[in-house]
Amino acid sequence: MPNRLGVVDRLSLFINNQWHDAVSGKTFPTINPATGEVICQVAEADAADVDKAVQAARNAFKLGSPWRRMDASNRGLLLHRLADAIERDAAYLAELETIDNGKPYTVSYMVDLPLVVKCFRYYAGWADKWEGKTIPIDGDFFCYTRHEPIGVCGQIIPWNFPLLMQAWKLGPALATGNTVVMKVAEQTPLTALYVASLIKEVGFPDGVVNILAGLGPSAGAAIARHMDVDKVAFTGSTEVGHLIQQASGGSNLKKVTLELGGKSPNIILSDANMEDAVEQSHFALFFNQGQCCCAGTRTYVQADIYDEFVERSVERAKRRVVGDPFDLKTEQGPQVDQEQFNKILGYISSGKREGAKLLCGGGVAADRGYYIQPTVFGDVQDNMTIAREEIFGPVMQILKFKSLEEVVERANDTKYGLAAAVFTKDIDKANYVSHSLRAGTVWINCYDVLAAQAPFGGYKASGNGRELGEYGLENYTEVKTLFINNQWHDAVSGKTFPTINPATGEVICQVAEADA
Amino acid sequence: MPVNGAGVQQTEGSTPTSPTEAKEDNMTDNGHQQQSDNGTLSCSSITSGMRTLLCEVEEADTEDVDEAVRSARDAFQMGSPWRSMDASDRGQLLNKLADLVERDRLLLATLEALDSGKVFLMAYFVDLMATIKTLRYYGGWADKIHGKTIPVDGEYFTYTRHEPIGVCGQIIPWNFPVMMFAWKIAPALCCGNTVVIKPAEQTPLSALHMAALIKEAGFPPGVVNVVPGYGQTAGCAISHHMDIDKIAFTGSTAVGKLIQRAAGDSNLKRVTLELGGKNPNIVFSDCDLEHAVEQAHSGLFFNQGQCCLAGSRVFVEGPIYEEFVHRSVEKARGKVLGNPLLPGVDHGPQIDQKQFDKIMELIESGKREGATLECGGSAWGQQGLFIQPTVFSNVTDDMRIAKEEIFGPVQLIMCFRTTREVIQRANATQYGLAAGVFTNDIDKALTVSSALQAGMVWVNCYNAMSVQCPFGGFKMSGNGRELGEYALQEYTEVKAVTIKISQKNS
Repeated sequence: MPNRLGVVDRLSLFINNQWHDAVSGKTFPTINPATGEVICQVAEADAADVDKAVQAARNAFKLGSPWRRMDASNRGLLLHRLADAIERDAAYLAELETIDNGKPYTVSYMVDLPLVVKCFRYYAGWADKWEGKTIPIDGDFFCYTRHEPIGVCGQIIPWNFPLLMQAWKLGPALATGNTVVMKVAEQTPLTALYVASLIKEVGFPDGVVNILAGLGPSAGAAIARHMDVDKVAFTGSTEVGHLIQQASGGSNLKKVTLELGGKSPNIILSDANMEDAVEQSHFALFFNQGQCCCAGTRTYVQADIYDEFVERSVERAKRRVVGDPFDLKTEQGPQVDQEQFNKILGYISSGKREGAKLLCGGGVAADRGYYIQPTVFGDVQDNMTIAREEIFGPVMQILKFKSLEEVVERANDTKYGLAAAVFTKDIDKANYVSHSLRAGTVWINCYDVLAAQAPFGGYKASGNGRELGEYGLENYTEVKTLFINNQWHDAVSGKTFPTINPATGEVICQVAEADA
Repeated sequence: MPVNGAGVQQTEGSTPTSPTEAKEDNMTDNGHQQQSDNGTLSCSSITSGMRTLLCEVEEADTEDVDEAVRSARDAFQMGSPWRSMDASDRGQLLNKLADLVERDRLLLATLEALDSGKVFLMAYFVDLMATIKTLRYYGGWADKIHGKTIPVDGEYFTYTRHEPIGVCGQIIPWNFPVMMFAWKIAPALCCGNTVVIKPAEQTPLSALHMAALIKEAGFPPGVVNVVPGYGQTAGCAISHHMDIDKIAFTGSTAVGKLIQRAAGDSNLKRVTLELGGKNPNIVFSDCDLEHAVEQAHSGLFFNQGQCCLAGSRVFVEGPIYEEFVHRSVEKARGKVLGNPLLPGVDHGPQIDQKQFDKIMELIESGKREGATLECGGSAWGQQGLFIQPTVFSNVTDDMRIAKEEIFGPVQLIMCFRTTREVIQRANATQYGLAAGVFTNDIDKALTVSSALQAGMVWVNCYNAMSVQCPFGGFKMSGNGRELGEYALQEYTEVKAVTIKISQKNS
C-alpha cells in the first residue's frame, strides 16, 4: 500500500540550481482533487521571476560555459543519471502525482513513471548522435552543417500528465544542448518541482534548467512575449495556443511549437474484432479521466455492428470503477479541478439539450472531490456541440456511419487533427483509411500507444511540430551552414598562367595551372 | 581440463590490485562455462613481459565453434527472447553491461595489463574508458535504428525494415583486447544480432571476464558466445562456417585476405575487415613544432607501437627536418621502460616472441639498407620482450622499414620538399588506414586531408579517437567502418516490404 504523503518540501521557484521565493512573495494553493482540500502553498512566479530565470538560462548558455563546452556524450550521461534518480524515487513521485492530479496511483506508478524514465533514457542516447552533414555543393568550397542548440527555450506544460509532459519537454531540449525556463501547470506543480531537486542532484550545471510554478496569464504570458527567450514550446488548449503564437509575433518572433487539443475519431469497421474494439474504445476515451489531448472522443461505428457495439460499450462504462485514487481497484479518479468539473458538466447538459441519447452516467459521482460518472451518449450527430468541441472528460460520443469514404470525410471534418484510429481486420481498408486521415498519429487495432521513439503531434489546429522520436530533436536545433573557401588547385603547385584575348593580344586574367 | 587457479607469480614491484584467481578460464558458450570438446589440448596464456605462466585456458576447435554457432542460431530464432525483445531493452542491457564494466574496471585493467603487457595506467584510463563509452554509445542507438517509408511509383505502400543479419562471427586481436571486444559486440548486439567471438590466443582473459558480465547483465543465453582458440583452428572454422552470416575481423592484412577467401569459398558471408596500416604523418614547416613532435611521438609509440593506426612514416618538411629529428630522439630517449603495472613506467614489453623477432629483424634491415639509426635499435632488459624506443632518420621510401608494417616502437622520419610530392609519397602504399597533417594553414589542411587516401585523417592531432566517429581503412587496410552511426550498416540487413493498396495518395 502506498503511504499517504508526509512531507512536501519543494515549494519554491527553482532558478540557477537554487530555491527562491517569488519576487512578489506571492504564493498560491495547490488542491487535492479527490477531496477539494488544499495540499500546500507554492511560490507563484510572475514576470519578474521569469526575468530572473531567463537571465540564469542565458548565462548558462554563453559561449565557453560548462554546458556549452560539455561533450555531447556527457549531456547524455546526465540525462541517464536523471532517469536513474527518478527510477529510484518512483514510488514517492507516483504518490505525489496522484495527490496533485487525482489519477489512480496504480496508473501513476505503472504507466506514467516508467514512461518518464524511458523518455529520459531515449533522449540520453541521442545526445551524441545528432549529426550534421558535409555537403557536395558546386564550386571549390568545403560545405558542412552544424546542428546547434537554439538557446534559451521556454516550455509551458499542462496538468494532465505532469511528469510525463516535463520529460517530453526536457529530454530533447537538454539532449541538444539548450537551456530551459519551464513553467509548470498551476494545478499540478509538485512533481515537477521535486524533479528539479533531482536535476541539481545529478549534476546539471547551474541555470541549465529553471522551473517555475505560476499562472498562465502572468508567468506563461511573460515567457511567450519575452524578448530574450529564443523558442517557446507549449502543450495545452488550442485557445491558449493561439495566444502563444500571437505573443511570438508580437515580440521577437521566437520559434513556436504547439501541442494542442483534439477531437480524435475512432473508426470501428464491421469486420473488427468486437470485444477488442469495445475495450480499446473504452480505454481510448476514459483513460486518465478523459483528460487526454488524443482521446478518441468521436467513436464512429459502422451501421451493421452499431447496436451491439453501443450495448457493450454502455455495459463496460457502467462497470468502470470510480473512487479514491489510492485504492488499487480504482480505474477512474476525480477530474483535476473545479473549472474542468464545471465545464464537463456543462457539455453533458448540452448533449442532453441537443438531442443526443444519454445511455449511462451524466452526473456527479461523489459528494466531495471532482468526480464525474462515466457517461455515454449514443445517436450523436456531427453538428452537436459534444461532437465538435473538446470536452476533456469521461464523456463518450458514439456515432453511426455506412461507408468508408463517408466516414473518412466526416472524421476529417474538424479543425483538429491530433490522432485517429481504425479497427478492422482487412489490410487494404486499414491502409486506405489510415493513409486518408488527416491526423498526426493513427492507430490501427489499438489506441493510445505512445513511445518515446515515435513522433507525436498534430495536423491543423492541433498544433505544429512533432515531439518525441528523432523528429523531436529538430524543434530544438538551429542548423548552421558553413562554407569554407578551398582553392585546391592553387595550393598544390601555386603556378598560374595568363589567358589572352586574341582580339587585342591583352591578358584577360591569370588561371591556375594544372600539372601532372 | 582442470583450471590452474594459482594466479600470477610475483614479479618485482607490487601490482595495482591483487589478481584474483583466473575463474573464467573455461570457454563460455550459451551462458555457461564448459569444457572444450577435445579436452586434452589447452593453450597457455603467457604474460608477455615477464614470461611467466598466468593460467591455462580451454582451447576451442571446430566442434566447439559448431556448438557455439548452434547456440547463437537458436538465440536468433523468430520468437526467441532476443528477437522479441523491445529494441530499447537491448539498449538497456548494453547500458547495464557498461555499468558492470565500470564496477570491475580495476580488475579488467589489471587483467589487461598482465595479459597483454600494456602499461596499466593506459589500460585503466584509455582502454577501459573507451570500452565503457562504446557500450553506452551503442546502448543509445538500439531503438533509433530507423527504416524508411518510401514513395515508390505505383499503387503500393513500401517500407524498409532494418533487420539484424543473424549470427556474426567476430575475430579480434591482442593489441587492445577488451576494447576490441566492445567495438565488436556493441554494434552487433545493438542491431539485434547474435555473436560468436574469438579473442586472440595471446590475450583471452579480459574477454572471458566480459562473458561473465554479459551473463550477469541478463543477456539471454546464446546471444554472445566466447570461444578462445587459435586462428588456424577456431578462427578458420568461423570464417569457413556455413551457418555464420557475417564475419568481422581485425588483424593483419595477410590474414584478412584469408578471411575474404574463406567467405567466398563457403557461403558468401558478409565480410568486414580492419587490417594493417603504414600511416603517414605529415608535418609542414608552418606547424606548432613542439606540439607536432609530441603528437608524432605518441602517435607512433603508443601501446609499444602495436597499433594499426601508428603514425609510422613521419614526413617532415625540409626547413624543420633537423630540429624535428633532434627533438623526437630526445623524446624517445626519455621513455621509461619497465614493469607495465608500475606507475611511472610508460613503455612495456612487446606482446610475444614472434612479434619481438619480427620487429628486431626489421630494425636490422633498416640498419643494413642504410637508414640512420638515431637511437634505440636493440632489445632492453634481462627479462621479457622489451625493445628500446627506436628512431630512424634519412629513411627512403624503398626501404623495407618504410614499406612493411613493423608494429613495434620504431619511428621513421623522412624529409619532403613540396606538398604535391608528399601527398604522392604518402599515398604510395597498399595501405590506407589513417594519416596526420600538421599545419596552421587552413587551405593546406583542407586540401591535403582531402587528397590523402586514408579512412581517418587527423589535423593538428593524432590518435584522436572517439566512439561517435567512424573508423576504417581505404584500400588494403580493410573494408567497412566501425564505430559511429556508420557501423550500424555493417550489422544490418535491409528488407524492403511492398504492400499493394487500392488507392495511393501522397
